[in-house]
Order: sequence, then structure tokens, then C-alpha cells
Amino acid sequence: MALKGLDIFKLTPKTNCKDCGNPTCMAFAMKVASGAVDISKCPHLTEDVLAKLAESTAPPMKTIKVKAGDGEYTLGGETVLYRHEKTYVSKTLYAVDVDGDFDNSLKVDYDRIGERMRFEFAFVGFKGDIDAFVAGAKKAAEAGRGVILCTGGNVDAAKAAAEAVKDAKPILNGADASNYEEMNAVAKQYGLVLGVRGETLEELHDTVEKLEALGNKELILDVGVKSIKFAFEFAVQIRRAALQGNDRVFGYPSLVNVKLLAGGNYDLETALASLFTLRYGSIIVMSAMDYDRSLALFGMRQNIFTDPQKPMKMEPGIYPLNGGGDDDPCLITVDFALTYFVVSGELERSGVPCNLLISDAGGYSVLTAWAAGKFSANSIANFIKEYEVENKIKSRKLILPGKVAVLKGELQDKLPGWEIIVGTSEAVALVKFLKEFVKNG
Amino acid sequence: MPFKKPVQKFNAAINEVAIGTGENEVKLGGQNCYPFYVFDSEIANAPKVGIEISDIEDVNKAAAGDFYDGCADVADAVKKAAAAEGVDFICIRLDGADPNGENRSVEQCVETVKKAAGVTDKPLVIAGCKNNEKDAQIFDKVSDALQGRNILVLSAREENYKNVAASAGLAYGQKVGAESAVDVNLAKQLNVLMNQMGVGAQSVIMNTGAAAAGYGFEYVISTLERVKGAALTQNDAMLQPPIITPVGNETWNVKEAMASDEDMPGWGDRIKRGVAMEIATAAACLAAGSDAVILKNPKSAAAVSAMIKELI
Repeated sequence: MALKGLDIFKLTPKTNCKDCGNPTCMAFAMKVASGAVDISKCPHLTEDVLAKLAESTAPPMKTIKVKAGDGEYTLGGETVLYRHEKTYVSKTLYAVDVDGDFDNSLKVDYDRIGERMRFEFAFVGFKGDIDAFVAGAKKAAEAGRGVILCTGGNVDAAKAAAEAVKDAKPILNGADASNYEEMNAVAKQYGLVLGVRGETLEELHDTVEKLEALGNKELILDVGVKSIKFAFEFAVQIRRAALQGNDRVFGYPSLVNVKLLAGGNYDLETALASLFTLRYGSIIVMSAMDYDRSLALFGMRQNIFTDPQKPMKMEPGIYPLNGGGDDDPCLITVDFALTYFVVSGELERSGVPCNLLISDAGGYSVLTAWAAGKFSANSIANFIKEYEVENKIKSRKLILPGKVAVLKGELQDKLPGWEIIVGTSEAVALVKFLKEFVKNG
Repeated sequence: MPFKKPVQKFNAAINEVAIGTGENEVKLGGQNCYPFYVFDSEIANAPKVGIEISDIEDVNKAAAGDFYDGCADVADAVKKAAAAEGVDFICIRLDGADPNGENRSVEQCVETVKKAAGVTDKPLVIAGCKNNEKDAQIFDKVSDALQGRNILVLSAREENYKNVAASAGLAYGQKVGAESAVDVNLAKQLNVLMNQMGVGAQSVIMNTGAAAAGYGFEYVISTLERVKGAALTQNDAMLQPPIITPVGNETWNVKEAMASDEDMPGWGDRIKRGVAMEIATAAACLAAGSDAVILKNPKSAAAVSAMIKELI
């Protein structure tokens, strides 16, 4: 159970010595309870009390780090069930089976609003032949991303593959009630994160407790492939038990193999990948991450795991659209990602060559940025100067968002030589506006 | 310590609202747990999947490829869609009524809908052209023409709810869609206003806003989750109508589903991209709280409906 501030206060020396940097023991206890200060900041607590408090003030879900090529990924560490409550910490990561459409999926690698989009893990499943499994593991490791070895519980296969790709530090999946000691030994030997599964939630819980008793807290929970319904219940119950029920035994990231759950139905697999991205899958294994699926899932993941307190921002700059060049008009707007997508979408629909200028407005929408003074005549004039728009583009026509028509006069003064034109209030009207604008010169 | 399965029980439920009549009647809502949480409670009605057909042929072709090839008119297309796998209801979107587009007359729209209604017994959802004034006129006449069919009109908005609720809801006893822009407070406000007019909880189905995955979709999800949360945990009657989300109309209008194969050669087949986008968006909406989704491509409808069956 998480402790309340008062419970922690009772365990402090109550001397208000200020050694922890807080004015009173009470203030200190409150901060510890909210997770703002670590309990060890109080130098006067006995070992016993420290151990007791460290356990109960620890975060409800552990953060697991996994090596991937030269970098590393973070899994878990979540504190809330819904993104509007606070924010999600670690995004869902995607894995592709080396036996699936792997080579094609490797080609998908692009940028979207400052985030690199490519699948994170190569997945190898054991199918009865250890040599083939080791070969698959080597192929997976060569991709330079994270590696997941799904051993199906076969300890010999686990040993052979772990040895073959030990430098890649794969996730070793397949510990269960019958083999957890041996699998744990392999994971420990190579320093690997261990994946655990169970026939039932109770059995899984039990196995995790036993592994924790063996000193292993680097775990991932496999929701299984018995059925879609079953896997969904596992994913939800595990996360809910950890975050709502304070059951730390289930405070680990999860792994969902939608490739096996969908049984070869590509479209159903896409649906399940989306379902588990939203409902508590930490790693999702698929048969492919081709462009069809990537465009949808990466876009969705980027949205879901964005911090609700921080708007998504586009990189300020000049974005030519429809082959826009030197002589084509400029339209300026803010760097709020949604604004960019809506406006650029409409501009592309118009087919009119133009240059979209994205200015730094703190990631706010047009009116909010204007009200906050982040989208003003000054900021626009500065943008034109800073990004050397006058050197890069010959056209001197600048179209303003209709909602900030009020800026026209001031901007005209600041940008002599430019013709400032007030555009539309809504992006949807841009197509008509631009077509007429071009027609009338 | 052995694991004890927690069960989340609520003393509140989503309203059960039916559209259509007779054997083909479809019930939305009714559940007293979060979407697909069958381990908490039995789910009264599985979420439903509808197919959307536009009265403009090119719009259908853009999203469904050659599926409707050979169909003579909207009624023909409706007949074909109604027979497709996993389709619970039909949505006819009157894009052609848009005063900034084809500007088809209200009478023409009514004719189209009447003819289409004649070929299927499935429940009908009639969506307008997003012009508040025109939509109100269309919904009035269509609701009159289809009396007794128990249709849903999409949608009444803040700007036209008085007209739409009065005619479709009160005068003709149809179901009224209440559309708000991805905000839990706006959704509630519109329900309160309609309720004050006498359009009660049993006649309203909400559309709390839609977007394609990647396009501000986090707002859509958070709104759905917050509405469902308030309806169940706080027993907020003004947020308990079921939710319908017109997914296809959003997803087929973003670059991923529109850019031609020539413009984006690396991306592969446009329809396949669009279907993935539609499926991913719909699956997440259902997981977050939609009681029904409206899709455009029959393949998407089959996949989403398969997922629902597996989960319930």
C-alpha cells in the first residue's frame, strides 16, 4: 500500500532539524508521499524504517531499460491509467517477427514531428529447431535494434540463442511456473531482461513473486496467446492491479504478440495493435510494420503518448508545398502540430504551389499564441529576418491567418516591401481562397 | 501474497438507445463497465459497426475502391454495403447537399434517402453535409419521410440543435446525434440543452468528435475516456448517452489515405494505407469508449467487427 503523508510523518524523528532541507518533518513527509523527495534525504532514519519506506514509496510500476543497438529503450514507469490524468511515461514499442515481412519493414524509417519512426525490436520465436532459432536470433541482432527471444519455455534454446547474441542484450522471453529457475539462471548469466508468462493471472503472479524472491526485478510480463479476450484481460488486469490496486508484483511492462493472436489476418492484426497500444501493451509483436500499418500506428502512438501538458510542436521553418518555389506566395502560421497538419493538408488539397512558413509560437494554436504574445507582428517580422525568407523567396506576398487580421497594419509597417494579405479564419476555406487568389493574381 | 482478481463495479450504466426497427434493430450502449472489460461485467450490447455511403460516387470510390463498381445509384450501393460482412447499420452521408459544392436540393436528398431506405431493413443513420442550416432542413424532411424507421440523424450541433431536436427528435420521434468538438464540457452542455427541450436520454446518441490517428487523435481519445469515466464513476446522467464515432469520414481525408501511389511511391497502395488508418483509428476509438463506429471501406468493417467479436 502507498503510504500517506501522515503515515510517513509518524516514522520520522519529528525533531524538525531541517537536515533534509525542509522546514519541518511534516513538510518533508508530505513531499515524500507525493513522490517529490526521496525518503533517503532524511539522515536520521534507521535502516529498518528506510527499508520499509523505500518499498512503499517506490513507484507502482518499475521502469525497465532495454538495450537496442547503440541506444536503449525505456519501458514501464507509468503512474496513471488514462493520459488525461497526468501523462504516460513510456510509449508502446513495436516489434516485428523476423519470420514475417521483416526486410520490408526495415525500410520504414522516417521523421514525423521530430520523432524518428521505425519499429524498435526484432522478434524471434522458437519453433522447435534450436539451430533455426539461433540463426533467427543472429538475423534479429544484425538489424541493430532491440532483440526479443521468445523461447517458448525451452531452456536449451534460450541458452543457445542468448549465447549467440549476448552482446545485443536481448529480452529473454518464456519463463513460466515450470522453468523459472533455469530461465532465471540464463537471464542472470547474460544480464538479460526476463519475460514471464502464466496460464492464469494467479499463476503469473505467483511466478513473478518467486522470481522476485530470487532477486530478479528485471521482468516483462507476457499476456499470452491463448485468445484475444484472454490477452486483453491480462493486459488490463496487470496494469490496473499495479496502478490502482498497488500490487507491485504486477508493476512490470507487458508484451503482447498480436501476430499470433490475429492468426494471419493482417487487418485484424492492425486492429489489435491499435487496441493494445491504447490498452497497456508495452511491447507489441507484429508480423509486419510496412508503410500501410506504420503510417497509422506511429501517428497514433505519437498522439497517445504526447504529454497532455505540452503541445506537439513543428520545427519552425519554410515548408514548400505543391512544388512551391521562389515566386510563389507565402502563408504564415504557428508551430502547433495540429495547426500545421490541418493547414498543410488543405493547402495540398488546393494544389496551388506555395510556401508555408511555420513560426515559433510555443506550440500554441493561432489565437492562443496571439493572446500570449507569441504570434505577433514582431514575432512574424523576426521570423522573416531570422530564417532569411527574403533571400530564399522572391515573392513578397504574405498571407496571414484570418484570425489575426488585426496584425495586418502593424506587420505592414514592419515589413516594408511586402504585401500583407488577410487569409481565411478556418483552414477548410483555404482551398477556395487560394484558387481565387491565384486566379486574380 | 496470492493475486486476487479485482472487479470494478459501477452503480451506473450507459443509456441503451435503439436505432432501426424489428429484427434488424440495433441497440447501442447499456453497459456498466469500461469498453471490452468483460471480466468486470457482462456487456449488454457489443459495439456496432456501420458502413458509410456518400451520395457522391467519387467519394465512395476514393475510400472503397472498386467495391461499388456497377452500382447504379446510392440505393444500389446501400444494398451492396448492407450485405457486407460485419455491417450492423448503414450511414448515408449527403455530401452532395453542400451549398459550397454540388448544392443538391433538399427534395433531391429526400428522394435519394427514401429510395435507399427501400432496399434495406438495416438501421439507417443519415449524415448531413456539415452546413448547419442546410443540415437542419434536410434532417427535418428526411425524418418526416422516414417516420417509423427509427433513424439517427447526424448531427445536431450547438448552432442548429434547436431545429434538429425539435423536428427529428420531438416531431418525428427519430434519434438525434449530438455533435460536439472533442471536449467533455461541450458534450455535456449540448446534452443538457437538448434535454431541456424535451429530447430525453433515450433519444440521444453523442458524437464527441472524431479525428484520424496522428491528427490530434489524443483529444478524441481523452474526450471518450473522460466522458465514459464521468458517466460510470460519477453517474453523470448528462454524459450517459451512447457514443457514435464517424471514423471513416476523417481517416479518408488525411494525407496517408489520399496521397496517390505516384506521389508517394514508397508508401504502397493507397487504399491499403487508408484501410490500415481506418482500422487503427476505429479500434482505438472503440477501446476508449465509442459504442459504434462508422467506416467507409468494407474490409475495415469486417476487421473491426472481427475484433469486437473476439473481445466479447
